[in-house]
Amino acid sequence: MDMNQYLTMFIDESNDHLQSLNENMLQLESNPDDIGIVQIIFRSAHTLKGMAATMGYEDLASLTHQMENVLDLVRNEKLKMQDFIFDTLFKSLDALESMVQDITNGGDGKADVSSIVASLQAIVRGEGATPAGEAAEGDSSVAAVQGIELDEFQFSVLDQSISEGHKVLYIQVTLREDCQLKAVRAYMVFETLERSGEIVKTYPDVQEIEQGEFDRVFSLYYITQRETQDIESQILGVSEIETTTVVALDHETLQQMVQESAATAEAVKPQVSEASQAAAASPEAKGTSAPVKESKAPARNAGGGNPSRTIRVDIERLDVLMNLFSELLIDRVRLEQLASESKNQELTDTVEHMSRVSSDLQNIVLKLRMVPVDTVFNRFPRMVRDLAKTLDKKIDLIITGAETELDRTVIDEIGDPLVHLLRNSADHGVEPVADRIAAGKPETGTVHLRAFHSGNNVFIEIEDDGRGIYRDKILKNALAKGVVTETEAATMTDDEVNQLLFAPGFSTAEKISDVSGRGVGLDVVKSKIVALGGNVTIYSTPGKGTNFSVQLPLTLSIIAAMLIRMGSEKYAIPLSSIVETGIIKRGQIKHVHGSRMIQFRESLIPVISLSRLFEVPDFDEELEEETEIVVIRKGDRLAALTIDDFIGQSEIVIKNLGKYLPAIQGVSGATILGDGQVALIIDANAFIK
Amino acid sequence: MGEEIKVIVFKLGEEEYGIEVDKVQTIERMMPITRVPKTYAFVKGVINLRGVVIPVINLRGRFGLDEVEATDQTRVIIVAVNDMQVGFIVDSASDVIDLNTDSIDSPPEVVGGIKAKYLRGVAKIGEERLLVMLNLSEVLNKSEIIQLEGLEE
Repeated sequence: MDMNQYLTMFIDESNDHLQSLNENMLQLESNPDDIGIVQIIFRSAHTLKGMAATMGYEDLASLTHQMENVLDLVRNEKLKMQDFIFDTLFKSLDALESMVQDITNGGDGKADVSSIVASLQAIVRGEGATPAGEAAEGDSSVAAVQGIELDEFQFSVLDQSISEGHKVLYIQVTLREDCQLKAVRAYMVFETLERSGEIVKTYPDVQEIEQGEFDRVFSLYYITQRETQDIESQILGVSEIETTTVVALDHETLQQMVQESAATAEAVKPQVSEASQAAAASPEAKGTSAPVKESKAPARNAGGGNPSRTIRVDIERLDVLMNLFSELLIDRVRLEQLASESKNQELTDTVEHMSRVSSDLQNIVLKLRMVPVDTVFNRFPRMVRDLAKTLDKKIDLIITGAETELDRTVIDEIGDPLVHLLRNSADHGVEPVADRIAAGKPETGTVHLRAFHSGNNVFIEIEDDGRGIYRDKILKNALAKGVVTETEAATMTDDEVNQLLFAPGFSTAEKISDVSGRGVGLDVVKSKIVALGGNVTIYSTPGKGTNFSVQLPLTLSIIAAMLIRMGSEKYAIPLSSIVETGIIKRGQIKHVHGSRMIQFRESLIPVISLSRLFEVPDFDEELEEETEIVVIRKGDRLAALTIDDFIGQSEIVIKNLGKYLPAIQGVSGATILGDGQVALIIDANAFIK
Repeated sequence: MGEEIKVIVFKLGEEEYGIEVDKVQTIERMMPITRVPKTYAFVKGVINLRGVVIPVINLRGRFGLDEVEATDQTRVIIVAVNDMQVGFIVDSASDVIDLNTDSIDSPPEVVGGIKAKYLRGVAKIGEERLLVMLNLSEVLNKSEIIQLEGLEE
């Protein structure tokens, strides 16, 4: 079967499951006794395993399988969750994540997980852990949880039978609790079955069953020609039978079942207990004929039981939708014009109605691209947990506003800068426990991560109640690194000092730590956020804490721009790079060393002739006595672009110029104006070297 | 026998050219073009084709022929090759014909120089009509353009 078509689905769903596993593990860590959470985790792991096995990712499947074994013991209360178990499970999740990542990048998802598997197996064997249920032992009534262990011969008999077109069934029978003659009932079941087929293997052994040495459940492999339902009703025809599960097996499921049972049997043997009885009645093996099939089909109820009411759409299709829609808008404007000229009331009414509908439509189309920041935030609890462990600190991460929505393109870019800021808070902000107690603070530090809308922007804040930023320390560091001079330092405001953290080549860490000292400073964070059209500011009170506030535009594909005219041509300049606009007289332009400059707020800035740079055919500012200018900024450097005329401010949709054209200096893309014409977007940064 | 292909026929001056129909997305009348500064001389600029910005080149310019003023007959043929969408400005385009690949001969030796690279071959239709089949990936090949630009400097 061609698996490629399922690959994206597999990757998406695997990521969902991994995310849900991570989240639920974190929850479980704070409520280690909540078996409900373990059930959710188990189901997620189980589905993941099934998916991986179906797709042929053996390593993924086997690692998940081992996790499942551990979780199975936990949910049956034979094993109590402990720190080292959490750590091992988290480690397994990391390994799974990197495997899925590998698959995403076109790899085969193979990885050496033997050491993790070994430690998971050790946990299952009870090494280093004390099984919670120290209940009865030696009772051989362990019910088969996932099938029965088979020897090679029996397996090949079953496998062969399937190939020959016989039905191979796995049957599990539960007797009523008040059953008086267990052995007799079992015997009756066997006899019934043997009339229309062959029993290959039972669990417990036939002998033990005959002597009544089993609790209430026994299971068997059975070869027959009859229909599954017939067999089931025949078994239920025997009295004092409570339930029976009959599952038809094929090659794969048989294989899977045998492997599972082998592992489970091996796992369970050393610590046999009555509690395992519960396992037989667990949702996996209960009543329905689903236990085997479930692992074959990808779970419909991802994310812990909440069926998802969403569909996945390729972002490119949304782009197409956007394009078509902007086309519609252009036609709408024309229709409106025609309608008002024709003075036909009915036409006018219809066009007005269409306008209303299309503006609603516009809102929806734009909203389709919006994704809750949750998708980025949800990996942070896990990260902060690990950070706290590594740093030996106690940190609570409180997330608010995770439902705040941002354009998909922004979401994709914002993850890394946030990771960096959170690391910074955990590493430099929150103090070690001893320091916190000494400072009269609670042992556990708090890091707030919040997102909220404000106007056309989204703010994401990372606030800690740690030690804050000390002005003197930063200034000392900045002076030592030559970032500022003594005189500058003396006059700087606290805010300006805080902003020094973002200066290139600046790091406040006295010694580079494993956590945030990765060779990239906060300047990288800043430049990334600025590149997204946002900004980041720091507020800090020494001894009380620090707040990084990141401001982001709602979307990257729509920006605010100033439309300008040069002769017959129109261009758009992003507002984010404009400092101000103005008019200068020709006489104000000075020639310094052959380049043209003007005086702008106490400094000389270069004048750039956009019309000459772009070789505009029908405009030259030389012919004008007064010229409009746009002062643009790149970092702390300014320049003035001379232009013909301002048209006005407008929200524009950014489009790229396609692959054919070479990169053009000074042009970052194009947009389509209301009249359907294309206008180029000026990349002001390119003019300042 | 070779396979039958459908070919869009267009004209530059008196000569007839052909492009396989599956490479052609649409044929448009001349529309407003936004000039793009600092690019090849034959790139006329970009157009808005139903919301998508597409570069447009003058095929005459690309082949080193004299460029002419647009007329009523002028068409923009939008082709898509190697993930690129590009519009060709041609003098006129009106015909679609069926062609057997067998009837396409390799370009005659006499057509030398750069031009021969752009040609896939010449197809004979009937007695008199000759159709020059374009090799689109060569026409859109940018590395060769850059080389040319380099020579001119």
